[in-house]
Amino acid sequence: MDTIVMQSKESYLEGFERFEKGSLINDPTWLRSIRRAGISRFFELGFPTIQDEDWRFTNVGPITRTPFKLAENGHEKLDSKELERYTFSGLECTRLVFLNGQYSPSLSSIRFSVDGLKLGSLSRALTVEGDVLDEHLAQYADFQRDAFLALNTAFLKDGAFIYIPNGAVLKEPIYILYISSSASSPTITHPRNLIVLEDNSQATIIEDYISLGEDVYFSNSISEVVVGENSVLSHYMIERESKKAFNVSTIRFQQSRSSNVTLHSVLLGGALVRSNVHPVMAGEGSECMINGLFMPTGRQHMDNYMRVEHASPHCDSRQLYKGILDGRSHGVFHGRIIVHKDAQKTDAKQTNKNLLLSDEAQIDTKPQLEIYADDVKCTHGATIGQIDRNAIFYLRSRGIDEGTSRVLLLLAFASESLERMKVEPIRKGLEGIVTDRFAQGKHLESVL
Amino acid sequence: MVKKPMLEIKNLHVKVNDQEILNGVDLKVNAGEVHSIMGPNGSGKSTLAQVLAGRDTYEITEGEIIYQGKNLMEIKPEERACMGIFMAFQYPVEILGVTNTYLMRTALNAQRKFRGLEPLKPVEFAKLLKERGKIVHMSDDLLQRSVNEGFSGGEKKRNEIFQMAVLEPTLGILDETDSGLDIDALQIVAKGVNALRNKERAFIVITHYQRLLSYIVPDYVHVLVDGRIVKSGGKELALELESKGYSWLEEESRTAVPVNA
Repeated sequence: MDTIVMQSKESYLEGFERFEKGSLINDPTWLRSIRRAGISRFFELGFPTIQDEDWRFTNVGPITRTPFKLAENGHEKLDSKELERYTFSGLECTRLVFLNGQYSPSLSSIRFSVDGLKLGSLSRALTVEGDVLDEHLAQYADFQRDAFLALNTAFLKDGAFIYIPNGAVLKEPIYILYISSSASSPTITHPRNLIVLEDNSQATIIEDYISLGEDVYFSNSISEVVVGENSVLSHYMIERESKKAFNVSTIRFQQSRSSNVTLHSVLLGGALVRSNVHPVMAGEGSECMINGLFMPTGRQHMDNYMRVEHASPHCDSRQLYKGILDGRSHGVFHGRIIVHKDAQKTDAKQTNKNLLLSDEAQIDTKPQLEIYADDVKCTHGATIGQIDRNAIFYLRSRGIDEGTSRVLLLLAFASESLERMKVEPIRKGLEGIVTDRFAQGKHLESVL
Repeated sequence: MVKKPMLEIKNLHVKVNDQEILNGVDLKVNAGEVHSIMGPNGSGKSTLAQVLAGRDTYEITEGEIIYQGKNLMEIKPEERACMGIFMAFQYPVEILGVTNTYLMRTALNAQRKFRGLEPLKPVEFAKLLKERGKIVHMSDDLLQRSVNEGFSGGEKKRNEIFQMAVLEPTLGILDETDSGLDIDALQIVAKGVNALRNKERAFIVITHYQRLLSYIVPDYVHVLVDGRIVKSGGKELALELESKGYSWLEEESRTAVPVNA
């Protein structure tokens, strides 16, 4: 059977019809209706343009101009040993691996460390976890508002499903790895993760997106993350795909009373990357800390879009984003904070610091505060600078060569963000990647 | 046999942004000596220090600098450091995210590599750091903090002397290390420098005030005015300057016919 090539709105509709026909006969009715609602909303909205305020700095033309096929099932010949090349060494974890968007049981390794913990693929959960899914799936990521969310919802099929029961404290992180790989023509996947932390639980979850080759493809992912009362979540989003990949992701946190969420967002790869982070602090006294690091180079485009909603009183939010931009890259920081009418005593702080390493690199940074309560504290600040020549000379005058001095200063700039990451194998692994990037192939270990 | 000077500056002319700052400086420094360079604001003292350390924002239009028999002109700042030149900055730079300890280890090992030595073992390095830290009362906290970040003025200057003590240069250049220090901090800094004085090492102490020279007693004092050394003498010259100020020398300098005219 031929796969449909999708490019225009009409062809996506056609692709959807084929997809729906090809889906399992026993997909529940509710799922079919959500998907249909998704595709019809997508058809109404169409892809965003730079006339849309939320997309002012990101032209999705490269995505809309590329004809995509739905990715074939993951049939890559990749064994666990080869996989080690791509994962973080020393990371003791439960691992959920997806090849071209589809769950791979053979590459995954699951450890059920506590009673009542549910882990696995969403595609399986769709048939057996009716109650949890009914309550949460597609309840938070609002596809009425956004074409990419609508498209993901239309093609919703697989992803990670994680359910952490009341009071469970997970010692080891859960690592979700999305691997995309070579195909003869550009493919599209719609990873969909549903993560539920019941009350008083604690977990660390890592999403990691990588490529096996240098191919053009598009990951359009959504993670809906429900954080129960008094629960603590540390969440990582690592984007290190090929320089030709497109990645649009949305992480939507729904926070209950006294919950605590930390998100570490690290963007390194991709041609065009849009990272939407959307926490809603629905319960009183919750906290959300977002720690971002983005490092575009060449012609990469990285857009960090935040929508931080304070919907209850006494909530604290922090955003610290650091950008290091080289080549002819373009970075965006769009930090929108919305303080609802009843969210008194909100304490929100937003900081975006950028280093431009070349004359042609570009950053657009835009704070946007919408405050409807009258007793709040909201601050924001942005800086754009270049590498400090005085500091370079200072280091050189101590005997450190110019290249190493530069790397030291860049690492120092990035370290403020990296140091917040508590999972050591991840932090170390990222430090290595970041150092290699700055060193540009030169061997630095002899000095560092 | 005539001893070769460690450093010989010959007819040095330096421009920055098309403005001539140094206007024919001549200076010889032998191993074991301490030379003080004094002068009014804007006379070119700091420029001289920066040029010796290899700052590239200055343009040398004439003359040369010979250090240990080598012309420094084409030598990079980091290589000069490895050859034993150390400048204590007038305004030490704050470097967020790089700890003092890390800086010292990286710098010391880079210098050792240049000299064909193995990197120092972590235990030996820790010992060295502790020992040299004592000389200028560096607390563990200051060693672990980002370089100069949030340091007080005195702490920054002490940190410069500490770095010098760790790197053990052959030629130490102190650029107004005394400025803004209270008497206690000044004594600590001076004690640090004196502890490093020996037959093989030389110092150039740049200062605006005589006060420092009561603690670091120089062998020679030179007065820099309008980019030239207009007077040289022994340590008593510093006292004369203290009581008479610089104006009489500035006057002389402007009316005098250049020696080599």
